[in-house]
Amino acid sequence: MDKNAALTVEHLRKNYGSLTAVNDVSFSVQAGEIFGIVGPNGAGKTTTIECLEGLKQPDQGHIRVLELDPQKDRRALNERIGVQLQESNIAAQIKVWEALDLYTSFYAHPVDSGQLLIKLSLSPIRNTYYSKLSGGQKQRLFIALSLINNPDIVFFDELTTGLDPQARRLIWDLVRQVNDQGKTVVLTTHFMEEAERLCDRVMIMDHGQIIALDSPEKLIQNLGAEHKVIFSVKGDIQTEWFKNLASVENINIFRDKVTISGKNDRLLADVVNLLTARGIRHYDLHTQQPNLEDVFIALTGKEIRN
Amino acid sequence: MKSLLKLTWIEAKLFWREPQALFFTLIFPLLLLFVYGGIYGNKPKAVFGGFGHVDVSVPSYTAMIIATSGLISTSVIMATYREQKILRRFKATPLSPLILLTADVIVIFFMTALGMILLITAAKLVFGMRFSGSAFSFAGAFVLSCLSFFSLGFILASLIRTARTAQIVSMSIFFPMILLSGATVPLEIMPETIRSYAKIFPLTYVVQFLKGVWFGKAWSEHLTEILVLIVMFVIGLLISAKTFRWD
Repeated sequence: MDKNAALTVEHLRKNYGSLTAVNDVSFSVQAGEIFGIVGPNGAGKTTTIECLEGLKQPDQGHIRVLELDPQKDRRALNERIGVQLQESNIAAQIKVWEALDLYTSFYAHPVDSGQLLIKLSLSPIRNTYYSKLSGGQKQRLFIALSLINNPDIVFFDELTTGLDPQARRLIWDLVRQVNDQGKTVVLTTHFMEEAERLCDRVMIMDHGQIIALDSPEKLIQNLGAEHKVIFSVKGDIQTEWFKNLASVENINIFRDKVTISGKNDRLLADVVNLLTARGIRHYDLHTQQPNLEDVFIALTGKEIRN
Repeated sequence: MKSLLKLTWIEAKLFWREPQALFFTLIFPLLLLFVYGGIYGNKPKAVFGGFGHVDVSVPSYTAMIIATSGLISTSVIMATYREQKILRRFKATPLSPLILLTADVIVIFFMTALGMILLITAAKLVFGMRFSGSAFSFAGAFVLSCLSFFSLGFILASLIRTARTAQIVSMSIFFPMILLSGATVPLEIMPETIRSYAKIFPLTYVVQFLKGVWFGKAWSEHLTEILVLIVMFVIGLLISAKTFRWD
């Protein structure tokens, strides 16, 4: 077993009746990294993460989290991990500060809940009932609850689902802060952008199996997809001017809009240098890079939202 | 210990913020007292052995409060927690189910006791209620009855998964039981057939026990009731401990 591994999973399998939710999955998560499990609904993400948390019992396979068995040592493990569940609640009529106060009492070595209130910007709503909180406020509270025992690993399951883009970005910052404190983060998401921006490594799942596992950069690089440089010009432009550039593979000119594509990283520099050298006046210059979404489509032949 | 105290305190506050539970535990018995006390008064009657209607009703209504708390409050609270996946979040902490259940028992016990104290105070002040037993002996009978009924309620609480089902099941046991066990209508004024059927309801034993002690009988004169209540307590505890589920 890897010495730096925060957790390892070997040949995990979980069935619900005749449905196989997780089918022979093996991976490990390094201490200190942000590890993302991505995939469409029903891919087996939540089942996998809940087996790690000890909430679900695997049918087969071997799991060690912080060198503990999530089933046999559940109570001991719960002291050392933080958990935000995809589906869970606290009492509707409990106030924010009361919830933190209550959860503080469950742990042997809690952190100061007042500090957490401040850190997660919950102070202004400390006296608000849980049922009156917005989606983003609830998730911030759940993050606070997950951090109350100063855990070594934090599990976030679909942390930003249902949040507006602004709230989502705020949550991303919080996840980075948690990771900066040296905590290992394991998260699931079906937003590819979220995985790409946050995660050190991403595990793509579909139909209960791992179909790719690497850093977002590597996954995209391995895809070998084209980069595109797109700009508009005033005046004359000709295809031949770009043909001699080594990085260019394809040129498309439609009215005043030019799209140049290639697989090489140097494409942008080459195109800009040429435009400058020839004194071509251009505007709206931007690039289009392949992203994790493209990786997913390439690997599964479908879009993730479906 | 820390978590038991904190959880008890929070659960007490949550109970206090729940108007429905509060109404049935604290207000409804008072309503019954004032309505029937207003109709029948509290003059001594031969059928009640020289006591008045209010005198006999107070221990009976106390039994009703115990049934409300034991059957409805426990099962609805726990089923709500399970349905809304509040228990699931607890499961991801080191909290033990035993502490959770103990905190609930403590809170519901104190609410039941509060309901009884309000009832007795109102009966005393408004209707000049008579009490000829020992307060200590009655308190003991009250505690045993509570424990026994709460553990019965926790069987329902362990088995039922949604608040709606809990409400339907507990109510459909509760209403026939309070009507036919002497908890609301005194068994003394009921026909013989109904009186014999009353024996199948656990609440009948609570009513008999509380009433007897209320009028000065000793515990030793209620061995049947005490035995039934202890057996209920043990069976309830065993079944609910075995069947408890976080989700």
